[in-house]
Order: sequence, then C-alpha cells, then structure tokens
Amino acid sequence: MRIKNFEDFWSGMMFLAIGVLAIWESANYPFGTASRMGPGYFPTCLGGIMAVLGSIVALKAIESSSVAEHAKPAEGSPFAWKALTMLSLGFLLFGWGVDRIGFIPSLFALTVITAAAGSTFNIKEVLIMSVLLIAGSVGIFIYGVELPIPLFWWR
Amino acid sequence: MDFTLILQNLGLGFSTALSLVNLAYCFLGVLVGTLIGVLPGIGPVAAVAMLLPLTFNLDPVGAIIMLSGIYYGTQYGGSTTAILVNLPGESSSVITCIDGYAMARAGRAGPALAIAAIGSFFAGTVGTILVALLGPPLAEIALKFGAPEYFSLMVMALIAASVLSSGSMMKTICMIVLGLLVGIVGTDVNSGMSRFTFGMSGLADGIHFAVIAMGLFGFAEIASNLSDKADTAERTVLNQKITGLMPTYEDMKAASGAIFRGTAIGAFFGTLPGGGPTISAFSAYALEKKLAKDPSRFGKGAIEGVAAPESANNAAVQCAFITTLTLGIPHGATMALILGALTIQGIAPGPQVMTQRPDLFWGLIASMWIGNAMLVVLNLPLVGLWVKLLKVPYRFMFPSIMVFMAIGVYSVNNLDLDVYFTILFGVLGYLFLKLNCQPAPLILAFVLGPLMEENLRRALLISRGDPTVFFTRPISAGFLIAAILLLIIMIIPSFKKKREEAVASSEVL
Repeated sequence: MRIKNFEDFWSGMMFLAIGVLAIWESANYPFGTASRMGPGYFPTCLGGIMAVLGSIVALKAIESSSVAEHAKPAEGSPFAWKALTMLSLGFLLFGWGVDRIGFIPSLFALTVITAAAGSTFNIKEVLIMSVLLIAGSVGIFIYGVELPIPLFWWR
Repeated sequence: MDFTLILQNLGLGFSTALSLVNLAYCFLGVLVGTLIGVLPGIGPVAAVAMLLPLTFNLDPVGAIIMLSGIYYGTQYGGSTTAILVNLPGESSSVITCIDGYAMARAGRAGPALAIAAIGSFFAGTVGTILVALLGPPLAEIALKFGAPEYFSLMVMALIAASVLSSGSMMKTICMIVLGLLVGIVGTDVNSGMSRFTFGMSGLADGIHFAVIAMGLFGFAEIASNLSDKADTAERTVLNQKITGLMPTYEDMKAASGAIFRGTAIGAFFGTLPGGGPTISAFSAYALEKKLAKDPSRFGKGAIEGVAAPESANNAAVQCAFITTLTLGIPHGATMALILGALTIQGIAPGPQVMTQRPDLFWGLIASMWIGNAMLVVLNLPLVGLWVKLLKVPYRFMFPSIMVFMAIGVYSVNNLDLDVYFTILFGVLGYLFLKLNCQPAPLILAFVLGPLMEENLRRALLISRGDPTVFFTRPISAGFLIAAILLLIIMIIPSFKKKREEAVASSEVL
C-alpha cells in the first residue's frame, strides 16, 4: 500500500475529519423527523455526505498493488510558513488594536509587519509606503465613508 | 412579448443610470475593475469583498451598479495584460495570452487590444440586450416556484458548478458540502438554537461572506504568491510603442465571425448556472481552432484567437446577471458577493425585485451598457497608463491589499472577531491551494446554504416528509434530472478525458 497522490489523500482525510466533526457536533441538536426537521437534521446529513465522499477521495489516492507508479515527488513551492505567520500576525495586531490603540497605530503595525512577509525588506521604503497607505486610508475610510473607528487611543 | 413595455422599462433604466451620481458609481466600478483586471494576483472576488464597506452608505442602486462594474470591468483589464505582458490578469484571460502575446511580439499589439475591446463591447451589448429580453419572462416563471423547485434548482446549480470548475469533481463536491456546513454556523432561524458557534457569541449571526471571501481569495492568494517569490520576480513589459491601434479591414473580416461565435458561446455558458467566463473563453478558443481552415496559425498570432475568447468571457459575465437577478440564485462566487451586498441593503434577491424595484433592475441593465462603453474608452486610449501600473512591484502591492482587506473586514460589523476569522480562512485557503481544492464553489455553496436548508425544510413539511415530492413536481424533477445527467456525463470516460485535458492545458499556460 502506498499513497499515489498526496494532494488527494490529504484533502480526502481532511474532508473525512470535518465530516465526522460535523456529525459529532450536530448530535447536540435535536434531529427531528423529515416532515418536522430539527436543527440537527441538515448538518448531520451534510456531515455524512462529506465523510463518505472524503473517504472515497482518500481511498482512491491509495494504490494497493506494489507495481504502483512512483509517488509524485513533492513539487511546487515550499510551504509558506514565513508569509502565513507574518500576514496572520499583522491581522491579529490590527484586529486587537483597531478599537484599543486606534486606527492609525494599528494600521502602522499592519503595514510594517505584513511588508516583512516578503523576501525583501527595506525599512525606508516600508516606512514611506506605510505613511502613504495610512494617509490614503484615513482619507477614504474615516473622512470619506465615515467609518466609526477612533484614530488614536485617546480617540 | 410586449415591446413598448420593454422600451418603457429601458427608458426608466437609462434615466436611473444616467443620473450624475449613478454615472459616477458606474465609472468608479469599471475603473476599479480594470485596475483589478490589470493587476495579477487579485481577482474580482477579493476586489468586490474589499470594496464592500464603500457601498454601505450608498443607496442600493448605486451599490449594485458599482459592484457589477467591477465584475465586468475585470474582463477588459485582464485582456490588456494578457496581450502586452503574456500575463493573464484574470483566469478568464489565460487563453488570450497565446495569440494576443504572439500578435504583440509581431508588432501588432494595437490591433490585438482593439479587437479585444471591440469584441468585448459587442458581447457586452448583446449580453445586456439578452438580460433585458430574458429577464422579465424568466422572473415570471420563477415567481411560480415553490420550495421543492427552489431546492432542486440549487442542487442543479451546485452540481453544475462542480462539473464546470477545474480540478477533481469529487473534491469540488466536498468543497461545496463544506461551504453548506459553514453556512449553517449561527442561529437557526426556526428553532433559535445556536449551531456550530462553539460558544462564541460573535458567531450568533453566522460568519460574514466578506470574511470568507477575503480569507480564501485575498489572504491565501497573497501567501501563495509570496512563497512563489512573486514579489521579487521581474515583469518584462513590452517596451515598444503601440502604434496603429485600429485593426485593418482584413483583421475585422477575420475577427467578426469569431466575435459572433464567441458571444454565443459566452452567452450560453453565462446563463448556465455554474458556468463562467473562464470556461467560455476556453470553449470559444477551441471552437475557433477547430473551425479554422489553417489551425496551425493559432499560437502564432491569429486574431480569431484573441477575438473569440475575449468576446466569450465578457458575454458570459453579462449573461450571468440573467439567472442571478431573476432567480436570486447567484451564479458564481462574485455574483454571490454582489447579491450579498444587496441583502445588506435590505433587498431580498429574487424574482420579486423586478416588480418591486424596477429602477434597480433596469437601472443596472442600462448601466451595464454604459459601463461597457466607458470601458472601451478606458482601455484603448489609456492603455499606456495600465502598462505603467504593471511596473509597480508586488512588494508594494500586497501590503496595500492587506490594508484594504483588514479595514474592509473590520468595518462589516466593527468586530475584531471577523478579522481573526479572516486569518483562519486565509490559512485554510492556503491549505486548499496546496491540496488543489477549488475555493470558488465553497463560497457559492456558503451563500446558498441557508436558502437550501429552508427550502428543503419547507418542501418536506408540505409533503409530510415524503421525499418523492422533488420528483413528482415537473419543474423540480426537470432540475434534478439535469443535475443527474451532468453527473453521468462526468463519469463517461471520453468526456472525463476531454475535461482533464482541458484542465491540464489550462495549467500549463
């Protein structure tokens, strides 16, 4: 037994896991009958479909015979650990800060941190870009669309 | 058909669309659309989601005119970069690269751009007329739909979306079911029970579609581009002067047939739920190659190879409005977002919109035609400007997109939880990309999910739990039979092979 197609195998497993989780969670809601559906009816059905389809996708990705073609070597770009981490961190800080430390400081944090997700980081360039982006956003969103967001922590 | 009525309605439409404010929204929409189309790495879904907060304070007519302008504007912009830089701004312009770039290298960039714009404009005009003609009768039929019909229609739309999208069909169906499940998150309208909220009060109203769209299409896309080192890649822009914009008489003669056929194909796939601009462009190109007396010209700068796909993708986008507006069933991910924006404005999408808000329906139609005309002007004389824009390095672009997304997501509910959930969907979206799972059907299913559950519940309530109700009502049975036929076609080996070939060739490009 060997995995013929890694993409399909892992996506199948992921769907199977989500399906089982959905059924598990839906068990907390009344199921009802077909004519009087409870809140658990639809999600349980969906979870079931998902689990079955996921298993099929995963099983089809496994070759049982030993003459199986060689597994596709992992190709493409490497996993984007750095980009995902920096982008997430930027968003986290913005989400946390926007109502606490204000629009301008949290946007500053967001631009600088996300810019660091790229492969080059020139501090002068990033600062200029950050100032321009903040000025533009304040103009459009605070004065233009009048979003109710405080500019700074002193409001 | 009552012609005077249509003219009367179109009159109302033009008087709505020609108001100064709505003209400005239309212009803004197509301008942003062109921009998004030109810039690779950001598609219409993320763009519409990003600009959503800008529409909150608009009236519904202005909002939908602007958002629609973004959608069809991207089709024009996408062709510009395909021709000049061999880089499709949108997936629907991938096929235009082949002959468009070949023409540009042969010094015929001008005619290539012109024919793309002329073809798009012709297709846009036909598409607009089709919406005006087919919309009202379709809406009348749709008004007679009951719960079983709506449920079956949605099943068919979702199956069609999975058949017509690229990638493994089984995985796509899984993504659809996942989308339906995500749509359940929140308070159940019938029992008042919280489902899948895991104790988070911020989830009581469900997850907002802007959060999912920006996570799956914005955040994930940027992460993937960065790991591909897109930010340091050099973009080679053809530096020759574009001379002689107008195509010759021979060009026009060669292209006119292709424009007609491309428009027809685009209109067909556009009206079909689940079909879209990309598949239309590919089919139109394939047809031209098959019909040509000398197929070997294709790939070396055949003007039909530009005219057909560009007409097809624009016709498809315009015709997508037919089913979306009359049935209230969105036709793809972008349409789902536009309908979502209408819902925020307090307008429930569906056949009743046409009678209750005729200014909205006909105003949108008129604005689409005006917008198409604006796009020709925006794209031909200003082509130099767009090319310059392409030279903006990606390292400046992605932080700007992140800023717009962050503000957009937050402003939907003024809730930090939404920003955190965007991260979650961004990481998930990146995993989907890595595992080769298509995210577009997920968002379509997400929007349809609550409607589907509601109609299933109602249908079975009326029939006292008898599931045969979906097959004993003729219209409902028709939809389900169509869905089953689509599934059977997919299993037929020869078709399966064709589809895989098409998918493979689109990936090579």
